[in-house]
Amino acid sequence: MVLLTLLAAITIGVVRARNLFAVVVLSSIYSFLMASVMIVLDAVDVAMTEASVGAGISTVLMLGVLYLTKVEEAVPAHTPVLPLIVAVVVAAALLYGTFDLPPFGIADTAVHSHVGPYYLSNSIEQTLVPNVVTSVLASYRGIDTLGETTVIFTAGIAVLLLLRGRRRDHSDSDEA
Amino acid sequence: MKFDLILRIAAKLLIPFTLLFGLYVQFHGDFGPGGGFQAGVIVAAVVILYAIIFGLETAKNVVPPIVVETMIPVGVLIYASVGVASMLLGGEYLNYSVLEHDPAHAQELGILLVELGVFVTVAGTMTAIFYTFAGRGR
Repeated sequence: MVLLTLLAAITIGVVRARNLFAVVVLSSIYSFLMASVMIVLDAVDVAMTEASVGAGISTVLMLGVLYLTKVEEAVPAHTPVLPLIVAVVVAAALLYGTFDLPPFGIADTAVHSHVGPYYLSNSIEQTLVPNVVTSVLASYRGIDTLGETTVIFTAGIAVLLLLRGRRRDHSDSDEA
Repeated sequence: MKFDLILRIAAKLLIPFTLLFGLYVQFHGDFGPGGGFQAGVIVAAVVILYAIIFGLETAKNVVPPIVVETMIPVGVLIYASVGVASMLLGGEYLNYSVLEHDPAHAQELGILLVELGVFVTVAGTMTAIFYTFAGRGR
């Protein structure tokens, strides 16, 4: 509860702050709090990823972007009415969606009664790996993880192509 | 930041331990939290810390961009070739049970190999993106 309150406070801070440096630092803190929430929920693997990617790498990349651009947020050119309507509608749709989710912590839902127990009871026998998260990710759901790795590969290549191409244009125009 | 003594010493102390922690997360992912993705990010963070403290050019001497960019496809290749290897040995794609005599041991080996593939791709991608971002301002 304390963590969620802090999360809400930081979200308001991110929305209100006009200094982008402060926004980057606040979102880094947000990621660390989110990681703590994950630890409270016993999802240590996710917490680790959130802390390293959300709070670590993406903060550094954001600071790198700030180095290239201005630190102050530009004053918006049009009224915030349309974005506000879109945000409210999306939030309402998401909230409506959560009504269909099973209550938190109930044991006899589809997630806990289908393949989950099979993985939990057979993981050590079949793979000798005590961390079920690892055995599910890398073995039972190996093709999914191959897909994820391919996504990272594609994203990396795409970012490299975008940034590289731009830079070459710059040097060309400098010479001309 | 090149002449900031405290930061330099602190970074020198931190870097080997963080690297070691990355390897621990990688190879201990079977037993504790972690795995290829997290370890890849941690190792990339070490390179980024080094680049921030000691300068981008020094970091590029230690970890050349060509190596980093080769790592991106090589990781996916490791992962996919584990699948092909298990097919050649008579199993389904990415069914590790045929990789060794004992199916359970083979599963362990297969998980280790694909985690290595994930690690290589993630570490390469993160470092490469940082290199291009940091290299643009100059």
